[in-house]
Amino acid sequence: MIEVRDLWKAFGTTQAVAGVSFAAQDGEITGLLGPNGAGKTTTLRMLYTLMQPDRGQIRVDGIDAASAPMEVRRRLGVLPDARGMYKRLTARENVEYFARLHGMSALQAHERCSTLLRSLQMEALADRRTEGFSQGERVKTAIARALVHDPHNVVLDEPANGLDVMATRGLREVLRGLRSEGRCVLMSTHVMQEVVALCDRIVIIAYGRVVADGTPEALREQSQQHNLEEAFMRIIGAAALEGAA
Amino acid sequence: MNPALVVFRKECVESLRDRRVLLNALLLGPLLTPVLFLLLMHLIVGRELEKAEKPLPVVVVGAGHAPNFIEALKQQGMEPRAEVPDPEAAVREQRLDLVLRIAPRFADDWRAGRPAQVELIFDSSRREVRGEIERLERMIESFSTRTGSLRLLARGIAPSIAAPIIIANRDQATPQARGALLLGMLPYFLILTALIGGMWLAMDSTAGERERQSLEPLLVNPVGRDQVLLGKMLATAVFSMASLTLGLIAFVAVGHLMPTEEPGLGLTIGPRFLLVALPVMLPLVLLIAIAQIWVASFAKSFREAQTYLGLAQLVPLIPSVLMMAVPMRPTLWMAAVPLFGQQITILRVLRGEAVSALAIGLGVTVTLVAAAAIFWLTLRLYRSERLAISA
Repeated sequence: MIEVRDLWKAFGTTQAVAGVSFAAQDGEITGLLGPNGAGKTTTLRMLYTLMQPDRGQIRVDGIDAASAPMEVRRRLGVLPDARGMYKRLTARENVEYFARLHGMSALQAHERCSTLLRSLQMEALADRRTEGFSQGERVKTAIARALVHDPHNVVLDEPANGLDVMATRGLREVLRGLRSEGRCVLMSTHVMQEVVALCDRIVIIAYGRVVADGTPEALREQSQQHNLEEAFMRIIGAAALEGAA
Repeated sequence: MNPALVVFRKECVESLRDRRVLLNALLLGPLLTPVLFLLLMHLIVGRELEKAEKPLPVVVVGAGHAPNFIEALKQQGMEPRAEVPDPEAAVREQRLDLVLRIAPRFADDWRAGRPAQVELIFDSSRREVRGEIERLERMIESFSTRTGSLRLLARGIAPSIAAPIIIANRDQATPQARGALLLGMLPYFLILTALIGGMWLAMDSTAGERERQSLEPLLVNPVGRDQVLLGKMLATAVFSMASLTLGLIAFVAVGHLMPTEEPGLGLTIGPRFLLVALPVMLPLVLLIAIAQIWVASFAKSFREAQTYLGLAQLVPLIPSVLMMAVPMRPTLWMAAVPLFGQQITILRVLRGEAVSALAIGLGVTVTLVAAAAIFWLTLRLYRSERLAISA
């Protein structure tokens, strides 16, 4: 479970995140939805302790990120916005490297990696160097890398970016699988279809603030729109007016 | 396994699969400088030898005025060439290197026992002809002295009267030391080899990792950034040391091919040199590795890092150039300065001199402290939020 309370972050004079609060529950997929530049990536980066918030609190499974960042990292599986691979290593070696960094022995890392690559249906790719991998193959490898230490919470920054229809489908399967295992899944996206297809709970972020938070049904009701996309536009539009005022 | 070792192992494996790293660190770097050095030495020694023994062709104007004089010079190796119309212009336009002109009154002066003048026409700003000028001057002087002595004898005076003082040179330089003058650049070449050996890895594991967007995922792991940095530094140092060791072995091998049998070039680039040079260089290799990583960490891309490190390669040149331009007596404080100290020690070993344990100890300590300081600076850079964000 991930809890974020009153998070603030500024870069120079730009206020990227201005008081974001939300919670992502176990056994649910929570979607962080918002236009480009809304502050989603910055929020997630503070969440996985790559950045320090100016103000506010982050708790993962009840553990405070500011006082125990290493413990929080152990409980998080992260697919960051940047998903570079080591192209002279094979997919398996890439994943095993991260397993070793999580403190697994060579044998443990190897076994865990085999299980993971099988469940992600990546066996054919496993021993190929990642140089020349397609976008979908890269994302798959990056997901394997993020899940290698069997984390209870999974954070994904725009996971569907650049994926074709087939790869997107595969990704959805993986995320639903994680949910059914009782994990807490938090993903950011700016694509409405992703949210509709996957999320149990939607947190809409605009201008560094949370402008709506609830189930898809609740949001439709709140904006009095049947179509979720219309609801989204209406909520963001209202936030823009508020921001200008 | 310690996380730093995990990082170290992965960087090594990845680099060993990179053809560019192998080519630079393990082939070109170690071989380039010894081969360059061998060529240079052969060139220098060969040129000196050639000049000393080859006939010296000189255009002589008015040779007919002093046939005996010319004959005497010919016996010393001069080769008179046919005269040209305007010798001054010919030398100025660099068509000729050196012209000897004999005035028509030479014969009269000679017979009368007056100093007979000959003119040397040359351009002293041209370094390459200086040797020829000196050779011709020596020939003329030796003929002049001999004739003077004969004249004195003919008048019944001992020629030693005309030489109240003579100098006897007692040069205390060992043959090795004289050779080391030529090898003054060797320490720089060794440091350059270490630089080349580690450079690629230093760039690839910092700026390259940022550029390929793999740094952010790496830093999300529950591993301290000091561990990540330590692993990268060790990998860089190992490649740099490998490069240096291969380079030194190549030097030892090449040492047998050097024209050292010539007088003044008895140098010891043997296994003993290897045994002293490697431990002396080890702390410097660590310092170089972390300094390269530090510099490369400022860069956002591989190309940018290449520019920075290209400039940084000139830094170790400073002590070498300084010592060649302003020859200084090596003192203890110089032994303590990184780069300086190692160059002095290596030169001393090359010259076959004893090296004091204090000087070496001081050099090692200061170099390691400097490496630790730069490690701390780099760690501060690594801990900044800015670094992990690739875009």
